[in-house]
Amino acid sequence: MILPFNLILVLFVYICAIAAITIRDLLSAVVILGAYSFLMCLLWTEMAAIDVAFTEASVSAGIGTVLMIGAISKTKRRSKD
Amino acid sequence: MIRESDDVIVKAVARLLMPFIVVYALYVVMHGHYSPGGGFQGGVILAASFVLLGVSHGLGKTRRRMSEKVAGVISSIGVLIYGGIGALCLILGGNYLHYGKLSKLLHVTPAEARSLGILGVEIGVALAVMAVMCTVFFAIFTVGESPEDDRSVE
Repeated sequence: MILPFNLILVLFVYICAIAAITIRDLLSAVVILGAYSFLMCLLWTEMAAIDVAFTEASVSAGIGTVLMIGAISKTKRRSKD
Repeated sequence: MIRESDDVIVKAVARLLMPFIVVYALYVVMHGHYSPGGGFQGGVILAASFVLLGVSHGLGKTRRRMSEKVAGVISSIGVLIYGGIGALCLILGGNYLHYGKLSKLLHVTPAEARSLGILGVEIGVALAVMAVMCTVFFAIFTVGESPEDDRSVE
């Protein structure tokens, strides 16, 4: 546990989470969500939960991003609200 | 429907990368009981290799390697391996997934039987997860296509 490193990671996670739900372009939101997943993965590793970090990296950042891009390609890229 | 990419670099890099992804996935599955990883993560990485093939070489070529029908069969086989090993322990007089009882069947010590039993379960989980992830990938990327699609024509 390195406290400054953890605080920086948490700050980046907050920035990515807020950006992902406020941004209008859905493709950008998915890419930011991928970055959020990798930062969460680093945070899990810092908390010594290696298995959870592995799952987060492979499922959320690997497959999840591709599936969400596929869903966007079938619908509209711009959100209305 | 994803068409085949026109870019030579994308296709060449995908072709070079795919065997390494598969070998890494098998490593994760095989070392699941010693180190981080296991059936679920290994299966997802195996599915990621098929996703990479689908994104770079188009869904048509991917379907030739792993069609929806084959994916359904493989996922059933994975669940059968998991449940079969558990039921085998039940038949041999232990609890469900009590791998130590497999020692009589495999002619090894109970400790080795536990290691082999959990390896078999992880292989089953990896097969099921890989097939289901491929099915989800195909389902999302082919949704809303015409009925003349080769999915409906068996």
